[in-house]
Amino acid sequence: MLITCPYCGPRDVSEFAYQGDGNRTRPDPASTDAEAWSAYVYDRLNPAGIHNEIWQHAGGCRAHLAVVRDTLTHEIKSVRFAREHGAPPHGRRTSGAKA
Amino acid sequence: MVEQLSPLEPVFRPGSYGNFVDGVGVTLSEIAPGSIVQLAAWPGEEKKLMATIGSVTGLKLADGAGAGASSERCSAFGFAPGKFLVSDASEGLATAFAGKVTAAIGTITDLSHGRTAIRIGGPKSEWVLAKLFAVDFSLTAFPVGSGISTTHHDVFTQIQRSGPDSFDLYVFRSFARSFWKMLCHASDEVGYEVR
Ligand SMILES: [Zn+2]
Repeated sequence: MLITCPYCGPRDVSEFAYQGDGNRTRPDPASTDAEAWSAYVYDRLNPAGIHNEIWQHAGGCRAHLAVVRDTLTHEIKSVRFAREHGAPPHGRRTSGAKA
Repeated sequence: MVEQLSPLEPVFRPGSYGNFVDGVGVTLSEIAPGSIVQLAAWPGEEKKLMATIGSVTGLKLADGAGAGASSERCSAFGFAPGKFLVSDASEGLATAFAGKVTAAIGTITDLSHGRTAIRIGGPKSEWVLAKLFAVDFSLTAFPVGSGISTTHHDVFTQIQRSGPDSFDLYVFRSFARSFWKMLCHASDEVGYEVR
């Protein structure tokens, strides 16, 4: 599996560290909404298909990347710097939603 | 200045090794620059930092990921967004940048004692490095002067192409000796000279 880092170009997956589901939106740190925090910590879509993910190019430029990957084929649909925008629009869900 | 000691010293043995009957495939050496400095620009300050690198080292850096240049005395290349590795044959490079890379532009990290610089040169350099790193070392993908960040078995390595068949590798000092041994093993089949 190759991930094309926007800075480094195509690199082997062994250079990257998975940083988790890219669909999550962290509640305001001051929030006491237990349901929102529970959803942030535990709820995952676990889709068979297109998935938004955060990866770090830990063995390269060390940038955090927003990656769209197909979990069935491992095809990488798109990669961009995570800092450039919020989570990718597609697959975004509301907190607490299971699917 | 504190004297710099090479971590390769106990294993560095000049001479020819391996399968060199048909010629030496690669030459391995330690560059031992006097200074190695990492510079990082705050977002939006990259151009100012690059101009400062130019004024201190005399090197002109092109725009773009991994762009770099080198001269007899200095070398510089981008290894991450807004970040550059700069070396100088002389000591004191961090001091030279100190007044110029202001707190508003970015940061300076003196790595002179923290990195070991190894040069691999010769017709089989690409071949040997391709065994260790999953990176395209061809001249078109990796032009002279440019640099990359990569890793081999968690040994983080920054590599600058210093010539058509020559590469400069910067590794953590604490990993340098085992990395050197591995590089020697990888070079064995093509024949290598240490000097
Ligand atoms: Zn990268």
